[in-house]
Amino acid sequence: MYDRKELESIRERERRWNQERVKEWLKKRPERAESFRTLSGIEVKRLYTPLDIEDLDYSEDIGFPGEYPFTRGIHATMYRGRLWTFRQFSGFGTAEETNERFKYLLAHGETGLSVAFDYPTLYGYDTDHPMAKGEFGKCGVAVSSLEDMEILFKDIPVDKITTSMTINGPAAIIWAMYIAAAEKRGIPKEKLGGTIQNDILKEYIAQKSYIFPPEPSMRLIVDTIEYGMKYVPKWNTISISGYHIREAGATAVQELAFTLADGFEYVKAAISRGLDIDKFAPRLSFFFNAHNNFFEEIAKFRAARRLWARGMKELGAKKERSLWMRFHTQTAGCSLTAQQPEINVIRVTLQALAAVLGGTQSLHTNSLDEALALPSEKAVRIALRTQQIIAYESGVTDTVDPLGGSYYVEWLTERMEEEAQRYFDRIEELGGVIPAIEKGFFQREIAESAYRYQQEVERGERVIVGVNRYVMDEEIDIPILRVDEEGERRQIERLRRLKERRDSSKVRESLSRLKRAAEGDENLMPYILDCVKSYATLGETTDVLREVFGVYKEPIIF
Amino acid sequence: MERKIRVLVAKPGLDGHDRGAKVVARALRDAGMEVIYTGLHQTPEMIVETAIQEDAHVIGLSALSGAHFPLFPEVVRLLKERGVDDILVIGGGIIPPEDIPKLKAAGVDEVFGPGTPLNEIVEYIRRNVKR
Repeated sequence: MYDRKELESIRERERRWNQERVKEWLKKRPERAESFRTLSGIEVKRLYTPLDIEDLDYSEDIGFPGEYPFTRGIHATMYRGRLWTFRQFSGFGTAEETNERFKYLLAHGETGLSVAFDYPTLYGYDTDHPMAKGEFGKCGVAVSSLEDMEILFKDIPVDKITTSMTINGPAAIIWAMYIAAAEKRGIPKEKLGGTIQNDILKEYIAQKSYIFPPEPSMRLIVDTIEYGMKYVPKWNTISISGYHIREAGATAVQELAFTLADGFEYVKAAISRGLDIDKFAPRLSFFFNAHNNFFEEIAKFRAARRLWARGMKELGAKKERSLWMRFHTQTAGCSLTAQQPEINVIRVTLQALAAVLGGTQSLHTNSLDEALALPSEKAVRIALRTQQIIAYESGVTDTVDPLGGSYYVEWLTERMEEEAQRYFDRIEELGGVIPAIEKGFFQREIAESAYRYQQEVERGERVIVGVNRYVMDEEIDIPILRVDEEGERRQIERLRRLKERRDSSKVRESLSRLKRAAEGDENLMPYILDCVKSYATLGETTDVLREVFGVYKEPIIF
Repeated sequence: MERKIRVLVAKPGLDGHDRGAKVVARALRDAGMEVIYTGLHQTPEMIVETAIQEDAHVIGLSALSGAHFPLFPEVVRLLKERGVDDILVIGGGIIPPEDIPKLKAAGVDEVFGPGTPLNEIVEYIRRNVKR
């Protein structure tokens, strides 16, 4: 990026600076540590200059926003045009309670919805299943049938607002319920915008809410990609997620590498079904974590865009939109502390700022009380306000990619890309993503990083304010959200009444048609839609697929 | 020579957050204890059965889903039902502070919240193991 002569003079000047200025200074003022490292363990130098990015070519590697390789952002004007979507992940108790929370958030300026489902729902169990005991509504809303879905979105303009749903194992079924609920209100599926997470690979790797083994799971995912491409064109049929990989303990580099490896795996699977990459790639979306190390996170987002664009081009994508990495970001839940919970607001602010400076399309900010429980109304409002302050008061949205050209950020972006590439090579050596999962490769890498991080904290090498420094003996005095225990009884009662009321022969027929289709190789989406429309429950529909596909058992690694 | 302390680290219910359980399991192993990790999706019945089969001295329960009620007390109740009174039962996870005394009243010996130093758990087990 600089001419030779200029670089030589900077090199000479830097040498002198090191030998004279720095050396003298260090005699009087030693540095605070022997070395400084990012959360991924990348050693950070004292200073970055043009010399650190002399190999970078501005046009090839950095370029212009809205243009390949999209390092500076996927849109030409970024937040000067449209801000990111304020999208708070929420859900608890019954569909009624969560519907109220949605309306509360929308009234306070939220611009997109994001549904958290409870554990039974994530595993495709109805609330009355024995494994669901004690789990109802605890970390999300329970949706056992189309009826619950209708209540969940009652009076919410689903043709105008986009909805993201964190659902993976039974994603096709929950998506079918959303489509069916909208159609019952006269809203055609072509008008529906939103996202289903539908990323099973990271479930095996990190989040662990898998149901079926990898092969049939990949089939279901490609079924949804194909169906969406044809009939629900504004829907993101997958959100390839690094968030949970990071929360499970991965470093930023691992999050970046494993997520993109998963992404390329889905693309290859869809291509081998015979789908046209330029038809489905524009509907693939991503989901990342924003953790504590400010610049490393920003570099991660920038590297992700560049890696994805380059990789997709290699896989044969021609249309510009196919090269766009559009992503949602959530601040790091695992970075929140139960100690002095109020100070979590500051952590979240920094993490959210990193996501914005990294060019996110959508953002969730965590609430201050989430190391203790699900967020209270006040806590989630403060979290939403944090985004609004960044968006409207800080001025960081006035120009595109304000950190582009920073010697450090550009160097770190390139470094993240190289480290990710090293992981891609290792995954390739292991035979690809699924064989690597079966060998426990990702799981072991993540467990290692989680343990290393914890030891650094224990030894005081990583300072966590309120946990290993500036510790206080305090009464925790913040309001805690309680899930109403009565909800479970009401939900089970609603299910019982539904089962009495519905046409049980229709249910039986649709389920047996689904079973036959699952045994063959047709796209299952139309069959699943029939099941949910007949008010077959989530559990009944998932059970049919469990019967045909079997269930996944994970290798135990720690 | 002193017998090794045997710890069963268990994930009751459907919660998939296993980072903490695995980190604690490794720390206990590094501290010289024998650790059995159940893996995910265990019912209280399965946990108690495994603990008895494996002759565990300690059961460490982890829940981040908010389902510590009723799952933790259920483990304690089943142990009692099986006539076992010498297994130390501890727990951790995302647990509101006001729930801790209730869990203890229900027979859970100790609860460790987020941010607990690992050696505090090791020390607690060494001091309180019942046999």
